[in-house]
Amino acid sequence: MALDSKIPQGPLADKWTNHKNEINLVNPANKRLIDVIVVGTGLAGGSAAATLAELGYNVKAFCFQDSPRRAHSIAAQGGINAAKNYQGDGDSTYRLFYDTVKGGDYRSREANVYRLAEVSANIIDQCVAQGVPFARDYGGLLDNRSFGGVLVSRTFYAKGQTGQQLLLGAYSAMNRQIGRGKIKMYNRHEMLDVVKVNGKARGIITRNLVTGEIERHSAHAVVLGTGGYGNVFYLSTNAMGSNVTAAWKAHKRGAYFANPCYTQIHPTCIPVSGDHQSKLTLMSESLRNDGRIWVPAKKEDAIAIREGRKKPTELTEEERDYYLERRYPAFGNLVPRDVASRAAKERCDAGFGVNKTGEAVYLDFASAIERYGKEEAYVKGLNADDKALVTELGAAVVKNKYGNLFQMYEKIVDQNPYKTPMMIYPAVHYTMGGLWVDYNLQTNVEGLYAIGEANFSDHGANRLGASALMQGLADGYFVLPYTIGDYLSHDIRTGPIPTDSPEFEEAEQNVRKQVDALINNNGTKAVDYFHKKLGKIMWNKCGMSRNATDLRSAIDEISALRDEFYKEVRVPGTQNEFNEELAKALRVADFLELGELFAKDALTRNESAGGHFREESVEEGGAQAGEAKRDDENFTFVSAWEYTGVPKDAILHKEQLEFENIELKQRSYK
Amino acid sequence: MKLTLKIWRQKNASAKGEMVTYPIDGIDGDMSFLEMMDVLNDELINKGEEPVVFDHDCREGICGSCSMFINGEAHGPDRLVTTCQLHMRKFKDGETITIEPFRAAGFPVVKDLMVDRSSFDRIQHAGGFISINTSGNTVDANATPIEKENADDAFAAATCIGCGACVASCKNSSAMLFVGAKVSQFALLPQGEVEATNRVLNMVKQMDEEGFGNCTNTGACEVECPKGISLENIARMNREYLAASLKG
Ligand SMILES: Cc1cc2nc3c(=O)[nH]c(=O)nc-3n(C[C@H](O)[C@H](O)[C@H](O)COP(=O)(O)OP(=O)(O)OC[C@H]3O[C@@H](n4cnc5c(N)ncnc54)[C@H](O)[C@@H]3O)c2cc1C
Ligand code: SF4
Ligand code: FES
Repeated sequence: MALDSKIPQGPLADKWTNHKNEINLVNPANKRLIDVIVVGTGLAGGSAAATLAELGYNVKAFCFQDSPRRAHSIAAQGGINAAKNYQGDGDSTYRLFYDTVKGGDYRSREANVYRLAEVSANIIDQCVAQGVPFARDYGGLLDNRSFGGVLVSRTFYAKGQTGQQLLLGAYSAMNRQIGRGKIKMYNRHEMLDVVKVNGKARGIITRNLVTGEIERHSAHAVVLGTGGYGNVFYLSTNAMGSNVTAAWKAHKRGAYFANPCYTQIHPTCIPVSGDHQSKLTLMSESLRNDGRIWVPAKKEDAIAIREGRKKPTELTEEERDYYLERRYPAFGNLVPRDVASRAAKERCDAGFGVNKTGEAVYLDFASAIERYGKEEAYVKGLNADDKALVTELGAAVVKNKYGNLFQMYEKIVDQNPYKTPMMIYPAVHYTMGGLWVDYNLQTNVEGLYAIGEANFSDHGANRLGASALMQGLADGYFVLPYTIGDYLSHDIRTGPIPTDSPEFEEAEQNVRKQVDALINNNGTKAVDYFHKKLGKIMWNKCGMSRNATDLRSAIDEISALRDEFYKEVRVPGTQNEFNEELAKALRVADFLELGELFAKDALTRNESAGGHFREESVEEGGAQAGEAKRDDENFTFVSAWEYTGVPKDAILHKEQLEFENIELKQRSYK
Repeated sequence: MKLTLKIWRQKNASAKGEMVTYPIDGIDGDMSFLEMMDVLNDELINKGEEPVVFDHDCREGICGSCSMFINGEAHGPDRLVTTCQLHMRKFKDGETITIEPFRAAGFPVVKDLMVDRSSFDRIQHAGGFISINTSGNTVDANATPIEKENADDAFAAATCIGCGACVASCKNSSAMLFVGAKVSQFALLPQGEVEATNRVLNMVKQMDEEGFGNCTNTGACEVECPKGISLENIARMNREYLAASLKG
């Protein structure tokens, strides 16, 4: 099947407006005759469900948590971008577009990113109208901050809990529609298959996680807002339940999986402390606005710190290496995530790491505390030379900005980050790959849509911070509700979709078989055993840096691990009850397939791009020496994989990326 | 560390539950409470037994899922944390730890330590929103300046994670702190004012219907709330409610 991205004709800035004017609409009276399934109630799914219901469609929404309010989006910390130019620092739609395409290392679709930048300003208006309490300044106006990779202040935030506040906004919009009976909400339901009738997505099969019941649900269209798959690495910043199942099942039903190997490694996470660890905790990137990153300049100091003989606060400025400020003077601590992550790894690999395992660098707030403290002292007319007073005032300012993050850090590490620098290290965070979608956010399966982190569309090889929230809400509030109308306008006479067709029967049996097989498997090893093993392979061979030899062996190892899983896994309990091990086993089974495709995709892409650093593709000389090297001549495409039975045999389809408005340049943050 | 765990096991909502004792060893202070539970569950699975069910997802104190009653306190002995943020360094070697589900009429047990908190959702359906279209035809966000203090207070109220610790730690199983927080958020913002009367009446009505008790100002909720939601929110809700009732 040829990939048609359906990008509208015309100048970039007019594409979305023209498209909206041209697509078919559904008459309000007819919307009542149409059902839409929305799987996932994070920012993307929640906003889509609320808006579709408000437009008049009958929405059935699903999530595996006990309430939509707990979707993984709740954890997003730092903020959401929008080209509002409230700060008057020169921001514009074009600049946000440009930064995002560049931040994505020129591997995203121009038209989509432009549309995202275009609707971004609306998102803020929308959320404020819903009662989202963004941070404000003393004049009562909205406040902004900066994120890595940009030179303007365009990030809107609510302390370190922006995702929570945005999600609660979408959740409240959903609540209004649930109260009106326009959304039927299915909590604790896991989607386990997509049902296709005559080539169109017409429903899903779910398992009620409390009773174990397998259910059929039909609709005229199915929207997946099921989030990302970072948990394929076992340890990541994602919530424990985040998984790839919905997207993977769609892939097995024909939807192409795009750019699976594009993972974002986040530079500021709390380092791993031991084998027991179940997840990694992110410290928002916004901390890099005020925190300075360093390691000891001398190896013996690093060793002394690791062995507990020295404290970081004992080192003078000269004894520290602020390596980001040194290497990238223009952006300093605010370089994009991939650059910051690689630089941290490089210093630690070279022996300068500062925690017991040697895999941590410092994020230091001492100078920010002093700077803010002095400022406050001046403003309040107090003695700016009183060190203790300045520290106290400064700490209060820092607390106001990042208080909950500091508290989180202190609880986990048992150290006070106001007094001693934080230790951080890169960790798997966000996945930029996902289901391939066209400009309308439809997958190559008719009637099957993917939004938010579940699709691949807007972010390319490395996205910048604060743009995932933006994309989720743009898709859900403003894009999908329009574009899906075009498709649904053909369904006003279809009537309700029956669930007793052979297609539903087949899909249900498919799910039953899988559940039965896992429950009745007489293995000896717990699900986590396999998940952890998979995670190790992924991190060591498909992680921050990759090479062909490792990737080839990863494919073999994952495939062998999958065989072992089906022989050796033990799932206690029964299927007709709440059984978390069973739910996990179903998810890990899919991770074991995705992991293989991931490695294969990484192997095919013999270039470094963003978070994906290919050891064979490094800039040799010149100003960029030692930095990742992209290969535009051979890899300016999206890889879209077609399932054929075994992931390593998947067929590659290429969507060539056209850059008409931005010149492709080597990314430089120097 | 070596510990003795006494855990409430209950097969499902209708089965009778009981406390079961499990010894556990090799626990390290850097583990979170949930990671300690993972270790236990791993052992149980390896022995062919059923793991202990408990709710959890984000494991960083924000989703509000994890909900255990530990040694008689919601989320255990530490202040301003959820169970996933509670670390084993807060316990002593050799200690016995009692772990129960949140018990309240409004939160029926699903299994073991997991309870059904959908009553909280239904209270929100009754009015926990601002009736605004979501399709983007709203005024510019800076068109209505909001006093920083109000915005900050609204934010503080909005940080409630819906965990239910307030209910679990209240001797009357009152949900006033949770509902008060939501009512306050909207009452403090100009956007929420238009519907304020109906909102508070409807939410309080639904809260009563869900079987939560009344507030007698004991303040246990505030002490146990992981997000530091203050009692002022209950007072504000009461004022809002009174004013709304007078308006009729
Ligand atoms: C710690 C952290 C901090 C972050 N900070 C930022 C930030 O500051 N700015 C930013 O822009 N981005 C940030 N991100 C990224 C951003 O939060 C996510 O990319 C985004 O929230 C994803 O939203 P979503 O709606 O696509 O998916 P999610 O919020 O993950 O929602 C997925 C939904 O799908 C449901 N689901 C999944 N599978 C199934 C299934 N099989 N059946 C039924 N339901 C299913 C889940 O129940 C859930 O409701 C952060 C991420 C993390 C982890
Ligand atoms: S008020 Fe506090 S204790 Fe109650 S649900 Fe909200 S966060 Fe939890
Ligand atoms: S698991 Fe999310 S708050 Fe504890």
